Amino acid sequence: MNQFGHKDLLGLQELRPDEINLILDTAEPMKEVLGREIKKVPTLRGRVIVTLFYEASTRTRTSFELAAKYMGADTVSISVATSSVQKGESLGDTARTIEVMGADAIIIRHSATGAPHLLAKLLNARVINAGDGSHEHPTQALLDLFTIREKKGGIAGLKVAILGDVAHSRVARSNIWGLTKLGAEVRLVGPPTLIPPEIEQLGVSVFHDWRRGLKDVDVINVLRIQLERQQRGLFPSIREYTRLFGLDEDKLQAARPDVLVLHPGPVNRGVEISPGVQDGSHSAINEQVTNGVAVRMALLYLLLSGGEQSDLSA
Amino acid sequence: MTYLLKGGLIVDPLEEKVEQLDLLVAGDRVAAMAPGLQAPEAEVILVDGCYVLPGLIDMHCHLREPGDELKETILTGTRAAARGGFTGVVAMGNTRPPADNRSVIEFIKRQAEAGIVPVYPVGCATKGRRGEELSEIGDLFEAGAVALSDDGSSIASGEVLRHVLEYSRMFDLVVISHCEDQDLSAGGLMHEGFNSTLLGLRGIPAAAEEVHVARDLILSEMTGARLHIAHVSTAGSVRLIREAKQRGVRVTAEATPHHLCLTDEAVRSYDTNTKVNPPLRSGQDVAALREGLRDGTIDAIATDHAPHTREEKEVEFNLAPCGISGLETAVPLVWEHLVEPGILTPVQVAQKMAWNPARIIGLPERRIGVGGAANLTVIDPRLKLPVIVEQFASLGKNTPFAGWELRGWPVMTVISGRIAMQTRATPASSDASIGTLRGVS
Repeated sequence: MNQFGHKDLLGLQELRPDEINLILDTAEPMKEVLGREIKKVPTLRGRVIVTLFYEASTRTRTSFELAAKYMGADTVSISVATSSVQKGESLGDTARTIEVMGADAIIIRHSATGAPHLLAKLLNARVINAGDGSHEHPTQALLDLFTIREKKGGIAGLKVAILGDVAHSRVARSNIWGLTKLGAEVRLVGPPTLIPPEIEQLGVSVFHDWRRGLKDVDVINVLRIQLERQQRGLFPSIREYTRLFGLDEDKLQAARPDVLVLHPGPVNRGVEISPGVQDGSHSAINEQVTNGVAVRMALLYLLLSGGEQSDLSA
Repeated sequence: MTYLLKGGLIVDPLEEKVEQLDLLVAGDRVAAMAPGLQAPEAEVILVDGCYVLPGLIDMHCHLREPGDELKETILTGTRAAARGGFTGVVAMGNTRPPADNRSVIEFIKRQAEAGIVPVYPVGCATKGRRGEELSEIGDLFEAGAVALSDDGSSIASGEVLRHVLEYSRMFDLVVISHCEDQDLSAGGLMHEGFNSTLLGLRGIPAAAEEVHVARDLILSEMTGARLHIAHVSTAGSVRLIREAKQRGVRVTAEATPHHLCLTDEAVRSYDTNTKVNPPLRSGQDVAALREGLRDGTIDAIATDHAPHTREEKEVEFNLAPCGISGLETAVPLVWEHLVEPGILTPVQVAQKMAWNPARIIGLPERRIGVGGAANLTVIDPRLKLPVIVEQFASLGKNTPFAGWELRGWPVMTVISGRIAMQTRATPASSDASIGTLRGVS
């Protein structure tokens, strides 16, 4: 068995705090590898990692592929533009086909909640959830946690606000699991139409007024807002959304002076976050991307290295 | 054919009593009922300790024929009904083509002649189930439709429903309403609440059902027409129906075994067999449904049997069709989860699954009496078995109850004297094969 006690990574809901910390700890030397001139270690040489994406993605897929390549694994990426039904082949059949070609791990993104869980049940290969519907996006939350830990020295006791469209956000759900498990106080800030019902049961508090929600917070994680939500009548206009919930210099004043600003990307510049804040001194948005590669290297290492204490020398 | 059922507990839904009596069936009739009955020429069937109920009727199922014979046919569906202890089934009209005209009703009745359980077809309330123009309701009635419904979807227009209700009064046909505000439920995949929040699945709020229940009750009151609310799933609906009944509205209601036995927590398994419409609701809703059953607000337990193929269900959650194959698990679910815990008595089971459904759709009284038709369901309350999907007679293997250990299985189904199903299992035999169908190939 690998050091990490799970065959798959499906979500942060299933992980214990010490397991989350193991991934974050393992990501530290990985980040060091990323800083080298020759960013390649042989740890996963001979392993085959397949990314199977049923939704468009640039950064998550690239991040996983680079992480796999830096670890010495071979990667193949499969994009499925249409749903399995339109394609005429079921998700299960597609995944089994990939497995019998020799894949050791399948990294899946899918618009349906539970698609990675379905694969995990069907396959012997390791399954990593790269985002399922509005359910979980565990590696995004792990890189957010890693960034917060790096900048703040720890997670426990911090006040973290998640700002925006929580209802449709897998990033928000995975962050809530990770942050609460590691002892942070989590606040959700957004209009009632974008906060899902009964979410307080997860141990978070809900604010519709940014003045109260952002007051004295250590971290603000800004969520991407999709225009489609406005068309569905969940808020009246982009203009009003930006005025009430877009993070700008003014709203930032409510937070602690050393507040850290995160965004999972891609950013709607000037909509959910103002250019000044996005590019300002509080923002760690670019570092999040770098940390994403390190965290994914750590995860692949823990899931695939077979328990050998492989060194990271090139 | 003459046979003697010995030692059974005869359940009378009208006089609300249970008596241990031997029961002699001769031809299609109950010939005699008494303790210690002797009938030397009759075959003796020991049913000691079993409950003998008037033949159960499932007043809500989908037999899929015509049009979706890969999911189910009238033959396989009625075989499933017999295995499940049902002596009659009410078949909803959302077939392809829909049962919105005389010829489809006649086709279903003709196909049902080969089936082993009587089928009572429901005619569509509107043409094509589009909710726009009334079907030829007079024709449907004459062809043998026992009720009107666009089940599977609701009638969005209040005005159209008003006219369906008014027009149905000419024939005293009950209108079975599928209550769903399709704007409020649009895109929804499960009950809206904590579990939908957890899973990030679009929710269907309880209000999507209740808004239509309230509307339909008001229209029934206004028109004086008979209204039956299908698959009630929320506490708010139970409250609205209870209040309407107190006002004297001519309304009846049903709930399904799955809404009485499961909550939305089951969806956390990502098992598409938990995807059903209306969705599995919260624990509070389940408690309210059970209370509504107990106090008479909910008149009937009906399966909403909705078979689908494995291929259709073995897909991502959002792509799977809604529905549960329910005919072959209804009785033991009701027994294990409602009778055993003391929520319903065997008399109430006979009321909710035989007497009331017959009364609502206008069939002869469902009661066991000398000289009356021998329609019987024998239930063994001691028989404990797991749900084995592979043994289903239904083509639909889609059930969230696979593997559940349940007590109280039907062991005999008698339709007009004919034994349609009889199990050889006894409580002692561990390899009991439940539900052996008799007289069918």
